[in-house]
Amino acid sequence: MTLFEQWVALKTIMRREFLRFIRIWIQTILPPVITVSLYFVIFGKLIGTQIGDIDGYRYMDYIVPGLILMSVISNSYANVVSSFFSAKFHRSVEEMIVSPLPNYIILLGYVSGGVLRGVVVGITVTAVSMFFSELRIHHVAVSLAVFVLTAALFSLAGFINAVYGRSFDDITIIPTFVLTPLTYLGGIFYSIKMLPEFWQSVSQLNPILYMINAFRYGFIGVSDIDLTTAFLIILAFVALLFWFALSLLNRGIGIKA
Amino acid sequence: MSALKIENLHKTYRNGTQALCGVDLEVRAGDFFALLGPNGAGKSTAIGIICSLINKSSGKVSVFDTDIDDDPSRARSHIGLVPQEFNFNIFEPAGEILINQAGYYGIDRDTASERAEHYLKQLDLWNKRKVMAKELSGGMKRRLMIARALVHQPKLLILDEPTAGVDIEIRRSMWDFLREINAAGTTIILTTHYLEEAESLCNNIAIIDHGITIEQTSMRRLLDRLRAETFVLYLEDDLQLLPNCGEYEVHMIDSRTLEVLVHKGQNLNAIYQQLSDCNIKVVSMRNKSNRLEQLFVSMLKKKVAA
Repeated sequence: MTLFEQWVALKTIMRREFLRFIRIWIQTILPPVITVSLYFVIFGKLIGTQIGDIDGYRYMDYIVPGLILMSVISNSYANVVSSFFSAKFHRSVEEMIVSPLPNYIILLGYVSGGVLRGVVVGITVTAVSMFFSELRIHHVAVSLAVFVLTAALFSLAGFINAVYGRSFDDITIIPTFVLTPLTYLGGIFYSIKMLPEFWQSVSQLNPILYMINAFRYGFIGVSDIDLTTAFLIILAFVALLFWFALSLLNRGIGIKA
Repeated sequence: MSALKIENLHKTYRNGTQALCGVDLEVRAGDFFALLGPNGAGKSTAIGIICSLINKSSGKVSVFDTDIDDDPSRARSHIGLVPQEFNFNIFEPAGEILINQAGYYGIDRDTASERAEHYLKQLDLWNKRKVMAKELSGGMKRRLMIARALVHQPKLLILDEPTAGVDIEIRRSMWDFLREINAAGTTIILTTHYLEEAESLCNNIAIIDHGITIEQTSMRRLLDRLRAETFVLYLEDDLQLLPNCGEYEVHMIDSRTLEVLVHKGQNLNAIYQQLSDCNIKVVSMRNKSNRLEQLFVSMLKKKVAA
Protein backbone atom coordinates (compact mmCIF):
# COMPACT_ATOMS: atom_id res chain seq x y z
CA MET A 1 0.00 0.00 0.00
CA THR A 2 1.20 3.51 -0.74
CA LEU A 3 1.48 6.05 2.07
CA PHE A 4 -1.65 7.80 0.79
CA GLU A 5 -3.60 4.52 0.81
CA GLN A 6 -2.38 3.84 4.35
CA TRP A 7 -3.55 7.30 5.39
CA VAL A 8 -6.98 6.64 3.84
CA ALA A 9 -7.17 3.32 5.70
CA LEU A 10 -6.14 4.92 8.99
CA LYS A 11 -8.78 7.64 8.58
CA THR A 12 -11.37 4.95 7.85
CA ILE A 13 -10.64 3.10 11.10
CA MET A 14 -10.51 6.35 13.09
CA ARG A 15 -13.83 7.51 11.65
CA ARG A 16 -15.45 4.14 12.30
CA GLU A 17 -14.19 4.12 15.89
CA PHE A 18 -15.33 7.72 16.47
CA LEU A 19 -18.81 7.02 15.14
CA ARG A 20 -18.99 3.87 17.24
CA PHE A 21 -18.67 5.64 20.57
CA ILE A 22 -20.57 8.77 19.51
CA ARG A 23 -23.53 6.64 18.34
CA ILE A 24 -23.81 5.21 21.87
CA TRP A 25 -22.92 8.44 23.74
CA ILE A 26 -25.34 7.59 26.55
CA GLN A 27 -23.14 4.59 27.36
CA THR A 28 -19.79 6.19 26.57
CA ILE A 29 -19.80 9.95 27.24
CA LEU A 30 -22.51 10.49 29.84
CA PRO A 31 -21.45 7.99 32.57
CA PRO A 32 -17.98 9.48 33.17
CA VAL A 33 -19.54 12.96 33.37
CA ILE A 34 -21.99 11.77 36.04
CA THR A 35 -19.28 9.87 37.94
CA VAL A 36 -16.88 12.80 37.99
CA SER A 37 -19.65 15.21 38.93
CA LEU A 38 -20.38 13.03 41.95
CA TYR A 39 -16.69 13.07 42.89
CA PHE A 40 -16.72 16.86 42.62
CA VAL A 41 -19.79 17.16 44.82
CA ILE A 42 -18.77 14.60 47.46
CA PHE A 43 -14.98 14.91 47.63
CA GLY A 44 -14.69 18.48 46.49
CA LYS A 45 -17.63 20.30 48.03
CA LEU A 46 -18.74 18.18 51.00
CA ILE A 47 -15.55 16.50 52.27
CA GLY A 48 -13.02 18.78 50.56
CA THR A 49 -14.01 21.84 52.60
CA GLN A 50 -13.13 19.89 55.76
CA ILE A 51 -9.71 18.85 54.43
CA GLY A 52 -8.16 22.22 53.75
CA ASP A 53 -5.42 23.12 51.26
CA ILE A 54 -2.79 20.84 49.70
CA ASP A 55 0.40 22.45 48.36
CA GLY A 56 -1.32 25.80 48.73
CA TYR A 57 -4.37 24.85 46.60
CA ARG A 58 -7.96 24.24 47.62
CA TYR A 59 -8.64 20.50 47.83
CA MET A 60 -11.17 20.78 44.99
CA ASP A 61 -8.61 22.47 42.71
CA TYR A 62 -6.00 19.90 43.71
CA ILE A 63 -8.09 16.85 42.74
CA VAL A 64 -9.56 18.22 39.47
CA PRO A 65 -6.57 17.26 37.21
CA GLY A 66 -6.49 13.74 38.63
CA LEU A 67 -10.21 13.27 38.14
CA ILE A 68 -10.01 14.47 34.54
CA LEU A 69 -7.12 12.10 33.86
CA MET A 70 -8.92 9.24 35.61
CA SER A 71 -11.79 9.64 33.13
CA VAL A 72 -9.34 9.73 30.24
CA ILE A 73 -7.58 6.57 31.48
CA SER A 74 -10.71 4.50 32.00
CA ASN A 75 -12.43 5.65 28.80
CA SER A 76 -9.45 5.23 26.49
CA TYR A 77 -8.94 1.76 27.88
CA ALA A 78 -12.62 0.83 27.74
CA ASN A 79 -13.01 2.09 24.18
CA VAL A 80 -10.27 -0.03 22.68
CA VAL A 81 -10.80 -3.14 24.79
CA SER A 82 -14.52 -3.27 24.00
CA SER A 83 -14.18 -2.30 20.34
CA PHE A 84 -11.40 -4.73 19.47
CA PHE A 85 -12.85 -7.55 21.55
CA SER A 86 -16.27 -7.06 19.87
CA ALA A 87 -14.54 -7.12 16.48
CA LYS A 88 -12.94 -10.43 17.47
CA PHE A 89 -16.19 -11.76 18.90
CA HIS A 90 -18.28 -10.85 15.82
CA ARG A 91 -15.29 -11.74 13.60
CA SER A 92 -15.53 -8.36 11.88
CA VAL A 93 -11.81 -8.03 12.60
CA GLU A 94 -11.42 -10.36 9.60
CA GLU A 95 -12.48 -7.47 7.36
CA MET A 96 -9.17 -5.81 8.18
CA ILE A 97 -7.04 -8.94 8.32
CA VAL A 98 -7.95 -9.99 4.76
CA SER A 99 -7.19 -6.50 3.47
CA PRO A 100 -3.68 -5.29 2.59
CA LEU A 101 -3.61 -3.09 5.72
CA PRO A 102 -0.28 -3.21 7.55
CA ASN A 103 -0.72 -4.24 11.18
CA TYR A 104 0.66 -0.97 12.52
CA ILE A 105 -2.16 0.89 10.78
CA ILE A 106 -4.73 -1.39 12.44
CA LEU A 107 -3.08 -0.73 15.80
CA LEU A 108 -2.79 3.03 15.21
CA GLY A 109 -6.44 3.12 14.13
CA TYR A 110 -7.68 1.52 17.33
CA VAL A 111 -5.34 3.60 19.49
CA SER A 112 -6.53 6.77 17.74
CA GLY A 113 -10.11 5.74 18.49
CA GLY A 114 -9.22 5.35 22.16
CA VAL A 115 -7.41 8.69 22.22
CA LEU A 116 -10.40 10.37 20.53
CA ARG A 117 -12.75 9.03 23.16
CA GLY A 118 -10.32 10.12 25.86
CA VAL A 119 -10.24 13.60 24.32
CA VAL A 120 -14.03 13.89 24.03
CA VAL A 121 -14.59 12.64 27.59
CA GLY A 122 -11.68 14.71 28.90
CA ILE A 123 -12.99 17.92 27.35
CA THR A 124 -16.52 17.22 28.61
CA VAL A 125 -15.31 16.47 32.14
CA THR A 126 -13.07 19.55 32.08
CA ALA A 127 -16.08 21.66 31.08
CA VAL A 128 -18.09 20.19 33.98
CA SER A 129 -15.22 20.81 36.41
CA MET A 130 -15.46 24.52 35.65
CA PHE A 131 -18.74 24.59 37.60
CA PHE A 132 -16.93 23.37 40.71
CA SER A 133 -13.44 24.86 40.61
CA GLU A 134 -11.54 27.88 39.39
CA LEU A 135 -9.78 26.06 36.64
CA ARG A 136 -6.58 27.56 35.25
CA ILE A 137 -4.02 25.85 33.12
CA HIS A 138 -0.49 26.54 34.26
CA HIS A 139 1.26 24.89 31.32
CA VAL A 140 -0.88 24.08 28.26
CA ALA A 141 1.76 22.08 26.37
CA VAL A 142 2.51 19.83 29.34
CA SER A 143 -1.20 19.26 29.98
CA LEU A 144 -1.90 18.38 26.36
CA ALA A 145 1.15 16.14 26.02
CA VAL A 146 0.33 14.16 29.18
CA PHE A 147 -3.33 14.02 28.18
CA VAL A 148 -2.63 12.52 24.74
CA LEU A 149 0.20 10.22 25.84
CA THR A 150 -1.84 8.83 28.73
CA ALA A 151 -4.82 8.22 26.46
CA ALA A 152 -2.52 6.47 23.96
CA LEU A 153 -0.88 4.38 26.67
CA PHE A 154 -4.17 3.10 28.06
CA SER A 155 -5.59 2.56 24.58
CA LEU A 156 -2.61 0.29 23.93
CA ALA A 157 -3.17 -1.49 27.24
CA GLY A 158 -6.84 -1.98 26.30
CA PHE A 159 -5.81 -3.37 22.94
CA ILE A 160 -3.50 -5.93 24.55
CA ASN A 161 -6.25 -6.94 26.99
CA ALA A 162 -8.65 -7.42 24.04
CA VAL A 163 -6.12 -9.54 22.13
CA TYR A 164 -5.82 -11.95 25.06
CA GLY A 165 -9.50 -11.79 26.05
CA ARG A 166 -11.56 -14.87 25.29
CA SER A 167 -14.80 -13.84 26.97
CA PHE A 168 -16.49 -10.62 28.04
CA ASP A 169 -15.43 -11.46 31.62
CA ASP A 170 -11.78 -11.35 30.56
CA ILE A 171 -12.09 -7.74 29.45
CA THR A 172 -13.49 -6.55 32.78
CA ILE A 173 -10.95 -8.28 35.03
CA ILE A 174 -8.02 -5.94 34.33
CA PRO A 175 -10.02 -2.68 34.68
CA THR A 176 -11.59 -3.90 37.92
CA PHE A 177 -8.66 -5.55 39.65
CA VAL A 178 -5.68 -3.67 38.24
CA LEU A 179 -6.60 -0.36 36.65
CA THR A 180 -9.01 0.98 39.26
CA PRO A 181 -6.77 0.29 42.30
CA LEU A 182 -3.71 1.72 40.53
CA THR A 183 -5.65 4.82 39.51
CA TYR A 184 -7.05 5.43 42.98
CA LEU A 185 -3.62 4.86 44.53
CA GLY A 186 -1.97 7.05 41.91
CA GLY A 187 -2.34 10.27 43.86
CA ILE A 188 -5.63 11.61 42.50
CA PHE A 189 -6.98 12.46 45.93
CA TYR A 190 -3.76 13.03 47.87
CA SER A 191 -0.13 14.01 47.64
CA ILE A 192 2.23 11.11 48.25
CA LYS A 193 4.12 13.45 50.60
CA MET A 194 1.26 12.78 53.01
CA LEU A 195 2.21 9.08 53.11
CA PRO A 196 4.84 7.43 55.37
CA GLU A 197 8.21 7.10 53.66
CA PHE A 198 7.79 3.38 52.94
CA TRP A 199 4.46 3.90 51.14
CA GLN A 200 5.92 6.85 49.24
CA SER A 201 8.53 4.46 47.81
CA VAL A 202 5.87 1.85 47.03
CA SER A 203 3.73 4.49 45.31
CA GLN A 204 6.60 5.31 42.99
CA LEU A 205 6.23 1.86 41.45
CA ASN A 206 2.80 2.88 40.22
CA PRO A 207 3.11 4.30 36.67
CA ILE A 208 -0.19 6.16 36.99
CA LEU A 209 1.34 8.31 39.74
CA TYR A 210 3.69 9.84 37.15
CA MET A 211 0.88 10.63 34.74
CA ILE A 212 -1.38 12.21 37.34
CA ASN A 213 1.42 14.30 38.79
CA ALA A 214 2.65 15.46 35.41
CA PHE A 215 -0.92 16.37 34.45
CA ARG A 216 -1.42 18.16 37.75
CA TYR A 217 1.76 20.11 37.06
CA GLY A 218 0.26 21.18 33.73
CA PHE A 219 -2.83 22.47 35.52
CA ILE A 220 -1.67 23.96 38.82
CA GLY A 221 2.10 23.86 38.59
CA VAL A 222 2.75 21.44 41.47
CA SER A 223 3.90 17.85 41.32
CA ASP A 224 5.28 15.20 43.67
CA ILE A 225 7.41 13.83 40.81
CA ASP A 226 10.12 15.35 38.65
CA LEU A 227 8.51 16.28 35.30
CA THR A 228 11.32 14.88 33.14
CA THR A 229 11.22 11.56 34.96
CA ALA A 230 7.45 11.48 34.53
CA PHE A 231 7.67 12.08 30.77
CA LEU A 232 10.44 9.52 30.32
CA ILE A 233 8.42 6.88 32.14
CA ILE A 234 5.24 7.64 30.19
CA LEU A 235 7.08 7.58 26.86
CA ALA A 236 8.87 4.36 27.78
CA PHE A 237 5.56 2.69 28.60
CA VAL A 238 3.96 3.92 25.36
CA ALA A 239 6.88 2.59 23.32
CA LEU A 240 6.96 -0.72 25.18
CA LEU A 241 3.22 -1.35 24.89
CA PHE A 242 3.16 -0.32 21.21
CA TRP A 243 5.96 -2.74 20.41
CA PHE A 244 4.28 -5.52 22.40
CA ALA A 245 0.81 -4.94 20.87
CA LEU A 246 2.29 -4.85 17.37
CA SER A 247 4.20 -8.08 17.92
CA LEU A 248 0.96 -9.73 19.09
CA LEU A 249 -0.78 -8.58 15.92
CA ASN A 250 2.11 -9.69 13.72
CA ARG A 251 2.00 -13.15 15.25
CA GLY A 252 -1.78 -13.25 14.97
CA ILE A 253 -2.21 -13.98 18.68
CA GLY A 254 -5.88 -14.19 19.59
CA ILE A 255 -7.04 -13.56 16.02
CA LYS A 256 -5.49 -16.25 13.83
CA ALA A 257 -5.62 -20.02 14.24
CA MET B 1 -1.21 -17.14 -15.70
CA SER B 2 -2.11 -18.66 -12.35
CA ALA B 3 -4.59 -16.78 -10.23
CA LEU B 4 -3.78 -19.10 -7.37
CA LYS B 5 -1.05 -21.66 -6.89
CA ILE B 6 -0.80 -23.83 -3.81
CA GLU B 7 2.12 -26.20 -3.31
CA ASN B 8 2.36 -28.85 -0.61
CA LEU B 9 0.29 -26.89 1.87
CA HIS B 10 0.22 -28.25 5.42
CA LYS B 11 -1.66 -27.06 8.45
CA THR B 12 -1.62 -28.60 11.90
CA TYR B 13 -3.63 -26.77 14.54
CA ARG B 14 -2.32 -26.24 18.06
CA ASN B 15 -4.52 -29.07 19.35
CA GLY B 16 -2.72 -31.44 16.98
CA THR B 17 -5.47 -31.67 14.35
CA GLN B 18 -3.95 -32.07 10.90
CA ALA B 19 -6.29 -30.09 8.67
CA LEU B 20 -4.11 -30.05 5.54
CA CYS B 21 -1.56 -32.71 4.68
CA GLY B 22 -0.04 -31.49 1.43
CA VAL B 23 -2.64 -29.74 -0.70
CA ASP B 24 -1.61 -28.85 -4.26
CA LEU B 25 -3.84 -26.69 -6.38
CA GLU B 26 -3.64 -24.41 -9.36
CA VAL B 27 -6.37 -22.08 -10.57
CA ARG B 28 -5.93 -20.31 -13.87
CA ALA B 29 -6.74 -16.61 -14.23
CA GLY B 30 -10.31 -16.09 -15.41
CA ASP B 31 -11.46 -19.52 -14.24
CA PHE B 32 -14.66 -20.34 -12.38
CA PHE B 33 -13.29 -23.01 -10.10
CA ALA B 34 -15.08 -25.37 -7.71
CA LEU B 35 -13.31 -26.49 -4.56
CA LEU B 36 -15.30 -29.39 -3.18
CA GLY B 37 -14.98 -31.79 -0.32
CA PRO B 38 -16.98 -33.20 2.55
CA ASN B 39 -17.32 -31.38 5.88
CA GLY B 40 -13.96 -31.18 7.62
CA ALA B 41 -12.01 -31.90 4.43
CA GLY B 42 -9.89 -28.76 4.85
CA LYS B 43 -11.51 -26.40 2.33
CA SER B 44 -12.13 -23.57 4.78
CA THR B 45 -8.66 -24.00 6.29
CA ALA B 46 -7.11 -23.70 2.83
CA ILE B 47 -9.19 -20.58 2.14
CA GLY B 48 -8.26 -19.16 5.53
CA ILE B 49 -4.57 -19.58 4.72
CA ILE B 50 -4.92 -18.01 1.26
CA CYS B 51 -6.62 -14.98 2.84
CA SER B 52 -4.21 -14.71 5.82
CA LEU B 53 -6.86 -15.60 8.38
CA ILE B 54 -4.98 -18.76 9.35
CA ASN B 55 -1.23 -19.27 9.70
CA LYS B 56 0.04 -22.17 7.59
CA SER B 57 2.40 -24.77 9.00
CA SER B 58 4.33 -25.17 5.73
CA GLY B 59 3.92 -24.96 1.98
CA LYS B 60 3.72 -22.23 -0.59
CA VAL B 61 0.80 -20.09 -1.69
CA SER B 62 0.93 -17.45 -4.40
CA VAL B 63 -1.83 -15.22 -5.70
CA PHE B 64 -1.29 -13.85 -9.22
CA ASP B 65 2.38 -14.79 -8.88
CA THR B 66 2.74 -12.95 -5.56
CA ASP B 67 3.88 -15.18 -2.73
CA ILE B 68 1.77 -14.56 0.39
CA ASP B 69 4.90 -14.70 2.55
CA ASP B 70 7.06 -12.41 0.39
CA ASP B 71 4.49 -9.67 -0.18
CA PRO B 72 1.37 -10.40 1.88
CA SER B 73 -0.10 -6.95 1.38
CA ARG B 74 0.05 -7.18 -2.42
CA ALA B 75 -1.26 -10.75 -2.43
CA ARG B 76 -4.20 -9.77 -0.24
CA SER B 77 -5.03 -6.77 -2.41
CA HIS B 78 -5.91 -9.21 -5.24
CA ILE B 79 -8.39 -11.22 -3.16
CA GLY B 80 -12.02 -10.70 -2.23
CA LEU B 81 -13.43 -13.14 0.32
CA VAL B 82 -17.00 -14.15 1.02
CA PRO B 83 -16.65 -16.28 4.13
CA GLN B 84 -18.94 -19.06 5.26
CA GLU B 85 -20.15 -17.24 8.37
CA PHE B 86 -21.35 -13.66 8.67
CA ASN B 87 -18.39 -11.60 9.85
CA PHE B 88 -19.43 -7.97 9.75
CA ASN B 89 -20.24 -5.59 12.54
CA ILE B 90 -23.96 -6.15 12.92
CA PHE B 91 -24.38 -2.68 14.41
CA GLU B 92 -23.14 -0.90 11.28
CA PRO B 93 -25.43 0.12 8.39
CA ALA B 94 -25.01 -1.94 5.21
CA GLY B 95 -23.69 1.00 3.16
CA GLU B 96 -21.16 1.92 5.83
CA ILE B 97 -19.83 -1.66 5.91
CA LEU B 98 -18.98 -1.43 2.21
CA ILE B 99 -17.46 2.04 2.38
CA ASN B 100 -15.30 1.05 5.35
CA GLN B 101 -14.15 -2.11 3.60
CA ALA B 102 -13.05 -0.06 0.60
CA GLY B 103 -11.24 2.26 3.00
CA TYR B 104 -9.17 -0.63 4.35
CA TYR B 105 -7.88 -1.06 0.78
CA GLY B 106 -6.92 2.61 0.64
CA ILE B 107 -9.83 3.64 -1.59
CA ASP B 108 -10.89 7.21 -0.88
CA ARG B 109 -14.36 7.84 0.50
CA ASP B 110 -15.87 9.37 -2.67
CA THR B 111 -14.81 6.46 -4.85
CA ALA B 112 -15.83 4.01 -2.13
CA SER B 113 -19.31 5.57 -1.97
CA GLU B 114 -19.72 5.27 -5.75
CA ARG B 115 -18.65 1.64 -5.73
CA ALA B 116 -20.83 0.84 -2.72
CA GLU B 117 -23.81 2.29 -4.58
CA HIS B 118 -22.95 0.27 -7.69
CA TYR B 119 -22.68 -3.08 -5.91
CA LEU B 120 -25.59 -2.48 -3.54
CA LYS B 121 -27.78 -1.71 -6.55
CA GLN B 122 -26.49 -4.75 -8.45
CA LEU B 123 -27.25 -7.01 -5.51
CA ASP B 124 -30.60 -5.38 -4.86
CA LEU B 125 -29.61 -3.92 -1.49
CA TRP B 126 -29.59 -0.22 -2.28
CA ASN B 127 -32.80 0.48 -0.37
CA LYS B 128 -31.23 -1.25 2.67
CA ARG B 129 -28.06 0.86 2.70
CA LYS B 130 -29.02 2.67 5.90
CA VAL B 131 -30.34 -0.42 7.65
CA MET B 132 -28.17 -1.96 10.34
CA ALA B 133 -26.73 -5.31 9.26
CA LYS B 134 -28.40 -7.14 12.14
CA GLU B 135 -31.82 -6.21 10.73
CA LEU B 136 -31.17 -7.74 7.30
CA SER B 137 -32.53 -11.17 6.35
CA GLY B 138 -30.18 -14.13 5.86
CA GLY B 139 -30.23 -13.76 2.08
CA MET B 140 -29.54 -10.04 2.28
CA LYS B 141 -26.60 -10.65 4.62
CA ARG B 142 -25.15 -13.15 2.12
CA ARG B 143 -25.52 -10.62 -0.71
CA LEU B 144 -24.01 -7.91 1.48
CA MET B 145 -20.94 -10.10 1.99
CA ILE B 146 -20.61 -10.56 -1.77
CA ALA B 147 -20.90 -6.80 -2.32
CA ARG B 148 -18.31 -6.21 0.41
CA ALA B 149 -15.90 -8.69 -1.17
CA LEU B 150 -16.20 -6.91 -4.52
CA VAL B 151 -15.97 -3.31 -3.43
CA HIS B 152 -12.20 -3.14 -3.97
CA GLN B 153 -12.64 -4.90 -7.34
CA PRO B 154 -10.46 -7.93 -6.65
CA LYS B 155 -8.99 -10.11 -9.40
CA LEU B 156 -9.75 -13.26 -7.39
CA LEU B 157 -13.07 -13.77 -5.63
CA ILE B 158 -13.28 -16.63 -3.14
CA LEU B 159 -16.74 -17.72 -2.09
CA ASP B 160 -17.01 -20.16 0.80
CA GLU B 161 -20.53 -21.60 0.58
CA PRO B 162 -22.10 -18.29 -0.49
CA THR B 163 -25.59 -19.68 -1.04
CA ALA B 164 -25.95 -21.68 2.17
CA GLY B 165 -29.40 -21.12 3.60
CA VAL B 166 -30.51 -18.93 0.71
CA ASP B 167 -33.83 -19.57 -1.05
CA ILE B 168 -33.78 -20.85 -4.61
CA GLU B 169 -34.87 -17.57 -6.21
CA ILE B 170 -32.06 -15.58 -4.59
CA ARG B 171 -29.64 -18.41 -5.25
CA ARG B 172 -30.41 -18.32 -8.97
CA SER B 173 -30.02 -14.54 -9.11
CA MET B 174 -26.70 -14.88 -7.27
CA TRP B 175 -25.58 -17.45 -9.86
CA ASP B 176 -26.40 -15.03 -12.67
CA PHE B 177 -24.51 -12.26 -10.90
CA LEU B 178 -21.46 -14.47 -10.36
CA ARG B 179 -21.49 -15.55 -14.02
CA GLU B 180 -21.45 -11.86 -15.01
CA ILE B 181 -18.56 -11.10 -12.67
CA ASN B 182 -16.62 -14.07 -14.04
CA ALA B 183 -17.37 -13.10 -17.64
CA ALA B 184 -15.99 -9.65 -16.86
CA GLY B 185 -12.65 -11.25 -15.97
CA THR B 186 -12.76 -12.00 -12.25
CA THR B 187 -11.42 -15.41 -11.30
CA ILE B 188 -13.82 -17.16 -8.94
CA ILE B 189 -13.20 -20.00 -6.52
CA LEU B 190 -16.37 -21.50 -5.11
CA THR B 191 -16.90 -24.00 -2.34
CA THR B 192 -20.38 -25.35 -1.96
CA HIS B 193 -22.33 -28.34 -0.76
CA TYR B 194 -24.88 -27.79 -3.54
CA LEU B 195 -23.21 -29.83 -6.24
CA GLU B 196 -25.66 -28.75 -8.93
CA GLU B 197 -24.39 -25.25 -8.19
CA ALA B 198 -20.79 -26.28 -8.84
CA GLU B 199 -21.81 -28.22 -11.97
CA SER B 200 -23.81 -25.33 -13.30
CA LEU B 201 -21.25 -22.58 -12.65
CA CYS B 202 -17.75 -24.00 -12.69
CA ASN B 203 -15.38 -24.98 -15.50
CA ASN B 204 -12.75 -26.67 -13.37
CA ILE B 205 -12.84 -28.54 -10.13
CA ALA B 206 -10.70 -29.83 -7.29
CA ILE B 207 -11.81 -32.23 -4.60
CA ILE B 208 -10.15 -32.19 -1.21
CA ASP B 209 -10.61 -34.93 1.36
CA HIS B 210 -8.83 -35.48 4.66
CA GLY B 211 -6.52 -32.57 3.90
CA ILE B 212 -5.22 -33.69 0.51
CA THR B 213 -6.23 -32.98 -3.07
CA ILE B 214 -7.74 -36.18 -4.44
CA GLU B 215 -8.73 -34.77 -7.81
CA GLN B 216 -8.16 -31.70 -9.95
CA THR B 217 -9.55 -31.63 -13.44
CA SER B 218 -12.05 -29.91 -15.71
CA MET B 219 -15.74 -30.30 -14.99
CA ARG B 220 -16.30 -31.83 -18.46
CA ARG B 221 -13.61 -34.49 -17.99
CA LEU B 222 -14.91 -35.35 -14.57
CA LEU B 223 -18.48 -35.73 -15.76
CA ASP B 224 -17.28 -37.86 -18.67
CA ARG B 225 -16.18 -40.41 -16.10
CA LEU B 226 -19.79 -41.19 -15.27
CA ARG B 227 -20.46 -44.74 -16.46
CA ALA B 228 -24.21 -44.51 -16.20
CA GLU B 229 -26.91 -41.98 -15.53
CA THR B 230 -30.43 -42.57 -14.34
CA PHE B 231 -33.20 -40.49 -15.87
CA VAL B 232 -36.75 -40.12 -14.66
CA LEU B 233 -39.33 -39.85 -17.46
CA TYR B 234 -42.80 -38.44 -16.87
CA LEU B 235 -45.52 -39.80 -19.16
CA GLU B 236 -48.62 -38.18 -20.54
CA ASP B 237 -50.96 -41.15 -20.01
CA ASP B 238 -51.27 -43.95 -17.49
CA LEU B 239 -49.29 -47.07 -18.30
CA GLN B 240 -50.54 -50.54 -17.44
CA LEU B 241 -47.54 -52.64 -18.46
CA LEU B 242 -43.85 -51.94 -18.65
CA PRO B 243 -42.92 -51.72 -22.35
CA ASN B 244 -40.03 -53.71 -23.80
CA CYS B 245 -37.16 -51.26 -24.19
CA GLY B 246 -34.51 -53.63 -25.47
CA GLU B 247 -31.04 -53.02 -24.06
CA TYR B 248 -32.18 -50.30 -21.67
CA GLU B 249 -32.91 -51.02 -18.01
CA VAL B 250 -36.32 -49.50 -17.35
CA HIS B 251 -38.29 -49.54 -14.10
CA MET B 252 -41.82 -48.38 -13.55
CA ILE B 253 -42.08 -46.10 -10.51
CA ASP B 254 -45.82 -45.54 -10.91
CA SER B 255 -48.28 -45.58 -13.80
CA ARG B 256 -46.96 -42.28 -15.19
CA THR B 257 -43.28 -42.41 -14.17
CA LEU B 258 -40.42 -44.47 -15.58
CA GLU B 259 -36.84 -44.69 -14.46
CA VAL B 260 -34.25 -45.45 -17.18
CA LEU B 261 -30.60 -46.36 -16.67
CA VAL B 262 -28.49 -45.06 -19.57
CA HIS B 263 -24.96 -46.47 -19.76
CA LYS B 264 -22.02 -44.67 -21.31
CA GLY B 265 -22.26 -45.17 -25.09
CA GLN B 266 -26.03 -45.34 -25.04
CA ASN B 267 -28.17 -42.33 -25.87
CA LEU B 268 -31.59 -41.05 -25.08
CA ASN B 269 -32.83 -40.88 -28.69
CA ALA B 270 -33.18 -44.64 -28.89
CA ILE B 271 -35.21 -44.94 -25.74
CA TYR B 272 -37.49 -42.11 -26.88
CA GLN B 273 -37.94 -43.87 -30.21
CA GLN B 274 -38.85 -47.16 -28.56
CA LEU B 275 -41.33 -45.50 -26.23
CA SER B 276 -42.80 -43.59 -29.14
CA ASP B 277 -43.19 -46.85 -31.08
CA CYS B 278 -45.25 -48.15 -28.14
CA ASN B 279 -47.37 -44.99 -28.38
CA ILE B 280 -46.06 -43.73 -25.05
CA LYS B 281 -45.61 -39.95 -24.85
CA VAL B 282 -42.95 -38.47 -22.58
CA VAL B 283 -43.92 -35.01 -21.29
CA SER B 284 -40.80 -34.25 -19.29
CA MET B 285 -37.65 -35.76 -17.84
CA ARG B 286 -34.91 -35.13 -15.27
CA ASN B 287 -31.73 -36.67 -13.93
CA LYS B 288 -32.55 -38.86 -10.94
CA SER B 289 -29.63 -37.38 -9.02
CA ASN B 290 -27.09 -34.71 -9.79
CA ARG B 291 -24.30 -36.10 -11.96
CA LEU B 292 -21.53 -34.44 -10.05
CA GLU B 293 -23.05 -35.67 -6.81
CA GLN B 294 -22.91 -39.27 -8.09
CA LEU B 295 -19.24 -38.90 -8.99
CA PHE B 296 -18.39 -37.05 -5.81
CA VAL B 297 -19.88 -39.73 -3.60
CA SER B 298 -18.24 -42.55 -5.56
CA MET B 299 -14.83 -40.86 -5.45
CA LEU B 300 -15.03 -40.36 -1.72
CA LYS B 301 -16.11 -43.99 -1.27
CA LYS B 302 -13.15 -45.17 -3.34
CA LYS B 303 -10.85 -42.99 -1.25
CA VAL B 304 -12.18 -44.49 1.99
CA ALA B 305 -11.86 -48.02 0.56
CA ALA B 306 -8.26 -47.34 -0.50
